[in-house]
Amino acid sequence: MHNLNVTIDGNKILNDLNFFVKKGDVLAIVGPNGAGKSVLFRTLLGLFPYSGSIVWGQGLKTNYIPQKFYIDKDLPLTVKEFLEFKNNNLNTIVRSLISVGISDDSHDGHAEHYIREHLLPHRLSLLSGGQLQRVLIAWSVIDNPDILLFDEPTSGIDVGGEETIYNLIEKLRVERNMTVLLISHDLNIVYRYANNVICLNKKMICFGQPNLVLDPTALSQLYGGTVGFYKHEHSHE
Amino acid sequence: MSNFGLQLLTAVLIGIGAGYLGAFMILRRMSLVGDALSHVALPGIAIALLLHINPFIGATFALIVAIIGVAILERKTTLPSETLIGIFFTLSLALGLILTPEPELLEALFGDITKVTFNDLILTAVSVVAILLIIPKITKGLVLGIMSKDLTRSMGIKINVINFIFLFMVSVVVALGLKVAGTLLMGSLVIIPAAAAKNLSNSLSSYSLWAMLFGALSSLIGIFLSIYVGFTPGPVIVLVSGAIFLITLFFRPANN
Repeated sequence: MHNLNVTIDGNKILNDLNFFVKKGDVLAIVGPNGAGKSVLFRTLLGLFPYSGSIVWGQGLKTNYIPQKFYIDKDLPLTVKEFLEFKNNNLNTIVRSLISVGISDDSHDGHAEHYIREHLLPHRLSLLSGGQLQRVLIAWSVIDNPDILLFDEPTSGIDVGGEETIYNLIEKLRVERNMTVLLISHDLNIVYRYANNVICLNKKMICFGQPNLVLDPTALSQLYGGTVGFYKHEHSHE
Repeated sequence: MSNFGLQLLTAVLIGIGAGYLGAFMILRRMSLVGDALSHVALPGIAIALLLHINPFIGATFALIVAIIGVAILERKTTLPSETLIGIFFTLSLALGLILTPEPELLEALFGDITKVTFNDLILTAVSVVAILLIIPKITKGLVLGIMSKDLTRSMGIKINVINFIFLFMVSVVVALGLKVAGTLLMGSLVIIPAAAAKNLSNSLSSYSLWAMLFGALSSLIGIFLSIYVGFTPGPVIVLVSGAIFLITLFFRPANN
């Protein structure tokens, strides 16, 4: 069990955050646009200066999937080359891709053949949104991290595909005993998958179990207005 | 070694190095940087000529000052680097045109590989080998840095250091290539073979290989052709690379 304690003061983007994550937890971070969610992730990754303290357990490996990922349509880079940036062993790459459930609908049961012969030599930029997301997830778990940070894992994926991605993240978390921190704008997802939630709007508005802390008061404080429980994020700016 | 052998070998090595670096310049949307950088070399050459030192040293010095200058200005101002490059690099061309002694001007602008020496060849060979050894070590950071800076930094890769190493290598190859194509044309030797390679490639490895091959081929064919047509090699080499680019346009992968 490890505890994480974060206090970030100043620079007006994030004020006085205090929270912890336990091993194997799913911690969701919700809040309106510009609330500092991505900034929080970057700070946790050590990419931003901060004051206060961030304490991780000893020797933990943290991987990150950013929200914005630019891939030019004609970027000459294959899926294999992309994954080789992380791991040079072809078998490890294939296993990782299998574990994220990549397969070809027309070749049921031949996932490995499909991956080796079709997916790996394929251009990364020509994958569909859903497949690219799976490849990114495969990339992020290939070196067995203890903690995963996902910034909006489903942006750019159609509504049907979102749920599969979250199911996948949940499956991987259980299989690999990972801790997951995810930024999401979808409160349904938070209720279903997260043990804990941070409501963030420059400062911490709530922290705790979603069904306990995400009450109408917290939500209206968060999004500034009356937001129903099952609505998506609105920003009134 | 005959003078012709010297020329051929030097030009082919420059073609390989320039093609390889150009491949990454294009991916990083820095196509014009190569062009602009080569202009900056002119005042460096001019000052070196006036001080009677090796023009290569002057050119390299000017290029390094330029890449550091742009990096500093990018941090201190909000002007996009395009604008900075547009301003300072044409200014340096203007300055170079005034400073360069008349008899050397044409050579400085368009290159003259017939003046290449054995020492130039050795310097070129050492530099190109260094490029071939160092770039693979920073390829990961160069490519991931295009996709997501945050992701790259989160992996502990120092993007600024990598950028500087990369630009330094570009400066070296541009300075070396001035003998081949001059300050006006050297930029195209960095960009055109790589642009042609991009037309043919699905993978990073084939892209880099084609870029090096096209760079080498442009130099090789260009030098032979320049003897045949009796024209100075620089522009002929650039035209050959242009012809290769046009041919590769027809081989673009269908899914594009």
